[in-house]
Amino acid sequence: MAFDPIVAEIRFGCGLSPSVSAPVSVSQKLSLLTGPDHIAVQFPIPAFAEFHPWMVEKHELFQVRRKNRGTETAAKARKDIKLLQKHVRREQMKWLGMAMLRRTYTGDGLRERLAFFWADHFTAVGKNGLLRRATSPYVEEAIRPHLTGKFADMLVATVTQPLMLHYLDQQQSVGPNSDKAMRRRGKAGLNENLARELLELHTLGVDGPYDQQDVRQLAELLTGLTYHPRNGFTFRKDMAEPGAETVLGRAYGGAKQAQLGDVIAALHDIARHPSTAANIAQKLATHFVSDTPDAGLVADLTAVFRESEGDLLAVYRVLLEHPKAWNPAGGNVKQPVDFIGSSMRALAIEPAKIPLRDEREMRNQFVTPMVLMGQPWERPGGPDGWPEDDADWVTPQRIAARIEWAMTMPTVLRPDLPDPRDFVEVALGGAAPEVVRFAAASAETRADGIGLVLASPAFQRM
Amino acid sequence: MGTKKLDRRAFLTRSGLIGCSLATSPLFAPITFASADDSVLGDNRLVVIILRGGMDGIDVVQPFGDPDFAGLRQIKGADPVGAEKGPIDLDGFFALHPALGDLMPLWRAGQLGFGHAVSTPYRDKRSHFDGQDLLEAGTVALAGASGRDGWLNRMLQEIPSIRAETAYSIGREDILLLRGQAEVANWSPNAQLNLSEQARRLTELMMAGDPLFADATAEALRLAEGGDDSMASGMGDMGGSGGMMMDMRQSMETARKNSGYRKIAEFAAEKLRDDTRVAAFSINGWDTHARQTRPLGKALKTLSETILQLQAGLGPIWGKTTVVAVTEFGRTARLNGTKGTDHGTGGAMILAGGALRGGRVVGRWPGLAEADLYQRRDLMPTRDVRANLAWIMRGLFGLPVGVLEKTVFPGLDMGTDPRLIL
Repeated sequence: MAFDPIVAEIRFGCGLSPSVSAPVSVSQKLSLLTGPDHIAVQFPIPAFAEFHPWMVEKHELFQVRRKNRGTETAAKARKDIKLLQKHVRREQMKWLGMAMLRRTYTGDGLRERLAFFWADHFTAVGKNGLLRRATSPYVEEAIRPHLTGKFADMLVATVTQPLMLHYLDQQQSVGPNSDKAMRRRGKAGLNENLARELLELHTLGVDGPYDQQDVRQLAELLTGLTYHPRNGFTFRKDMAEPGAETVLGRAYGGAKQAQLGDVIAALHDIARHPSTAANIAQKLATHFVSDTPDAGLVADLTAVFRESEGDLLAVYRVLLEHPKAWNPAGGNVKQPVDFIGSSMRALAIEPAKIPLRDEREMRNQFVTPMVLMGQPWERPGGPDGWPEDDADWVTPQRIAARIEWAMTMPTVLRPDLPDPRDFVEVALGGAAPEVVRFAAASAETRADGIGLVLASPAFQRM
Repeated sequence: MGTKKLDRRAFLTRSGLIGCSLATSPLFAPITFASADDSVLGDNRLVVIILRGGMDGIDVVQPFGDPDFAGLRQIKGADPVGAEKGPIDLDGFFALHPALGDLMPLWRAGQLGFGHAVSTPYRDKRSHFDGQDLLEAGTVALAGASGRDGWLNRMLQEIPSIRAETAYSIGREDILLLRGQAEVANWSPNAQLNLSEQARRLTELMMAGDPLFADATAEALRLAEGGDDSMASGMGDMGGSGGMMMDMRQSMETARKNSGYRKIAEFAAEKLRDDTRVAAFSINGWDTHARQTRPLGKALKTLSETILQLQAGLGPIWGKTTVVAVTEFGRTARLNGTKGTDHGTGGAMILAGGALRGGRVVGRWPGLAEADLYQRRDLMPTRDVRANLAWIMRGLFGLPVGVLEKTVFPGLDMGTDPRLIL
């Protein structure tokens, strides 16, 4: 098998659309991917740098409240904090809508799919305060600009993001012999959370050649990476462990004062490690092609990752040109975000129909259904992100949620539903199984007919 | 019930073992189990709760009698054992985390107990995800990605007369613990599926060609029918998008209200009062790397409320019930530099129920001196957590030691009987 525009839109894009034309070749797909990010301009989501002022504002309101306890000023600050929190919560709902609209209207679907893949690979979730709303801005800033660059650059970008430092507890980790630990007489010290997950999940993989000593040494090396609501990301030398650390047999830092450059040098080495190449190759092939990808495909992806030192564009090219990436239908089950996104794309839902400014409706139409489908928006269960195994998504309770959404939500989003007999051809690209055509034509209502097409295994696989 | 057809497809397709050549596979043949009588598994009930994230056993069941405990764990200004908001003395050596204080009446009634210094055979890499897989698989080492099943499912495979509702996996997740060849119901208290008769028929027809979807949909349609009437909102009957909108809104708001652990416990109790004998679900939030007082307290409150909700919901059946809460690993003996704990090895298991011989902390305490720790950092496990689980299943369901040591937990030496079940 080789490139096929219909399969490409379904497997390496956001699904088929009645209104957006599909790329006709691998080179067109890749040139779109390296070209301007048009859809992000059309449906904007702020970068973390634009989110950050809200954190500054909240921090300042907290200061006002603290300094004026018991006064009118404090009461007003408290009220303003509440309003700010509500505002940012609503913004997060809007960004969910934007993400779905990008999937609905993009001509460059691979970009959305890759952004989601890497955001999942580098999962970061806020645990409290405004940071709970910060995942989309984090992705916009740390993931999206690096999709076609070097893997190492994306790794460095994520590790120096406030959200990641917060999520995996790095911002409080202090070298046991650092100035700060001395000042605080042992009341501050190391936290190895980010170091472990960086090796286990982000780079080498759990079967990689590291041990507890490497985790510990990397944790010491990472000290100094922190952030403050006022200043954002900073490297604080007084928190950094002095002396050299040895990770995977190589020493970083040493005689001079600790510096960010030592951390970055280590990240670059870990990023081009052969185990990282194998881990990323396996994950990409699993995510895009099959839960049990062809070994030759994984080997070829590993080889290009190694030879190109993690040039992601070169890796995607091998993936898209590989005959084993195009095995026909019956591929992976779509994750809920892909399922909802591709449904909206097939239905060409008008942007005005998405209740971007109505928090309650956003919850009813997207957030709660995604919870029921097993994928609460931007809240994966742990730093390992979403499962890839099809069986995790197709359980009775989760499939019930997909069928319910398919039967009810299209009418809400598009009251003038298309004829199910036409829709089946749009959604499945003229390759619909006979039984789905039959079901679409036999349904009692338009809504049921559309719902059946979307609920069909043919549509739910990619 | 006469015979129960148990289709192996459900397991095989979900574990990704077979693909397109399904129809010609010899594994495709359905297995038929004879049903003995109504007393499937006897009358006892087992609830297994997976605590995901690695519960800090040393903080939950605090060995305040150990001379090294204070040096490893003392947080300045924390309430001492016996103080009003402090840890609660259990037996002069161990004290209970105050967030589990509401369970003290159970402790005094002998309906709450703990296993301490336990662990799975998992060592050294300290990965949550591999650790949880091993805890649920119940094996000594991890198998490949496909073909895995869970120990609770393998226990059910030993029962000749299980039925569709004998065991329930509850919640939105598909938990490995109950995956396998034995038929298990998977449902969540906020799930629903209401289709017109025609749509239902067409759905089944369309799914038939894809076994993974066909099995899950068939079970969803069956379980949704038996569901709570208050959740059936009669979708699809109302004309026009306005009616649909109202229906959708009501149904989603009902679904939202029915989420949460309290509902899961209520749902489990409802099923266990009836034909269900085994239920499993998970509670997340135990990965307490930093300032753990608050997150651990929150997770323990959830666990405590869940256990009390089960007790309330089960009524007289509580007397026949054992609840077991287990986690993938314990945490470092020493607090880390951020007043939390990193991934460790030995930890604790929590037991509750009217069928339990509780009121005690079971296990051999290894000590907390640096030389007594595992790799000078973690609580040294002195017992395989699977041994306690095996003895509980033997006590509740009468399974032979040989089956428990060879099939349910391959390679396990059950050791001496801690006599956990009355």
